[in-house]
Amino acid sequence: MSGVRVLVGTRKGAFILTSDAKRERWDISSPHFAGWEIYHLKGSPADPNRLYASQSSSWFGQIIQRSDDGGKTWHQPGTPPGEPTTTPDGTPKGESNKFVYDTSPETGKPLTTHQWYDGTPHPWEFKRVWHLEPSLTDPDTVYAGVEDAALFRSRDGGQSWQELAGLRGHGSGPFWQPGAGGMCLHTIILDPSNRDRIFIAISSAGAFRTDDAGKTWQPINRGLHSLYIPNPTAEVGHCVHRIAMNRSRPDVLFMQKHWDVMRSDDAGESWHEISGNLPTDFGFAIDVHAHEPNTIYVVPIKSDSEHFPPDGKLRVYRSRTGGNEWEALTKGLPQNDCYVNVLRDAMAVDSVDKCGVYFGTTGGQVYASADGGDSWAPIVRDLPAVVSVEVQTLP
Amino acid sequence: MIRVTLPAHLRKLAHVDGEVKLDVEGQVTQRAVLDALEARYPMLRGTIRDQVTQKRRAFVRFFACQEDLSHEPPDAPLPDAVATGAEPLMIVGAIAGG
Repeated sequence: MSGVRVLVGTRKGAFILTSDAKRERWDISSPHFAGWEIYHLKGSPADPNRLYASQSSSWFGQIIQRSDDGGKTWHQPGTPPGEPTTTPDGTPKGESNKFVYDTSPETGKPLTTHQWYDGTPHPWEFKRVWHLEPSLTDPDTVYAGVEDAALFRSRDGGQSWQELAGLRGHGSGPFWQPGAGGMCLHTIILDPSNRDRIFIAISSAGAFRTDDAGKTWQPINRGLHSLYIPNPTAEVGHCVHRIAMNRSRPDVLFMQKHWDVMRSDDAGESWHEISGNLPTDFGFAIDVHAHEPNTIYVVPIKSDSEHFPPDGKLRVYRSRTGGNEWEALTKGLPQNDCYVNVLRDAMAVDSVDKCGVYFGTTGGQVYASADGGDSWAPIVRDLPAVVSVEVQTLP
Repeated sequence: MIRVTLPAHLRKLAHVDGEVKLDVEGQVTQRAVLDALEARYPMLRGTIRDQVTQKRRAFVRFFACQEDLSHEPPDAPLPDAVATGAEPLMIVGAIAGG
């Protein structure tokens, strides 16, 4: 193992931090895509030098960036650096930022409406890519979770994107509603044991699963209870914030919902609450230890209106029992006057023998623990607000 | 020759410095200029106007000859000074957010 690469998306650019496997000293890149919002960047499990990034702004919309050298250089897919952007006949080589909902009669679903915040119908409008999930086996295949909620897939390294329209076309689509951050598809989990199975989550529609590689989908929200919707146990409408899985046990899922930390032992068919002794069960991020599938991490946040840690103390909570019994991890984390948030995509783990855990804050710090959470230290402390953190364990 | 100025973020995406100079055939309109711009720099597709509806993105403005042309019809002729290259069409990111 040569080291660890941490990919950090922020409100004003992306940063790449690298270290050897000791994870004591870190090199920090200058900002990539300075000035743009980087909702997410992630590396391909099949080729660690292949990275994808979602670059967006309210002014200029969505851009997809790709690196083939571990983040040293980037280009919009279809336009390699230094090469013309068009073919000799003038045709663009790629349309990597074109995300168009599929309404074709053969494969698509009619664009009806979803619900707006006040329950009135609202047309589907593409806004941005929240999450990029590269295939586990093919560097050129990557999934994109977008706002307004839909799932897209590229099979040509991000040059072109096609919607997996069966998800948006699920009969419940007209009842989906945006969460405070927008109606986003923010979680994509590929099942390592079943290439046809994908889990996704939408705020605020809930969790869905396909068992046929994205053709058809079913909601998997049984057991969720949400008091902010008219029917607290409705099939859809739940504000799922994040789902996490350990690759060795793909039927076991852990969820941080708007309120409540949940667990499923049957691939989402049913959920039960594992909030236990957490000081608050509101939060965004959740992740699972790389080698201990019953060890999970959350960062409790005070409430849905007060997006900071309770009592001004930044605490990661760890359960070694798969939930319900939680311990506060505080060593190295600020325990006074800390009022940052940790967003849903801003926690990750590495797979070094002694599992590393990482999370970023809206205050611009990225904290890391090289001992499974026992102790923490900032590996960078003055970035723009952190939106996402991903980790690559390099061969 | 039509002159176009781009916001800094879009110049960086297009790998250009300073003004962009374009040849536009036929009547010089917003649509014709943007078509020519996107043909030369396809990485700008979707950043100025929507890829499907072709509507100007809400926070992008078009100025020329000290006039705001943002709300002019896309097929309306641009001022002669733009058509002759005496003045640039300025594509500007709206000031928003403080």
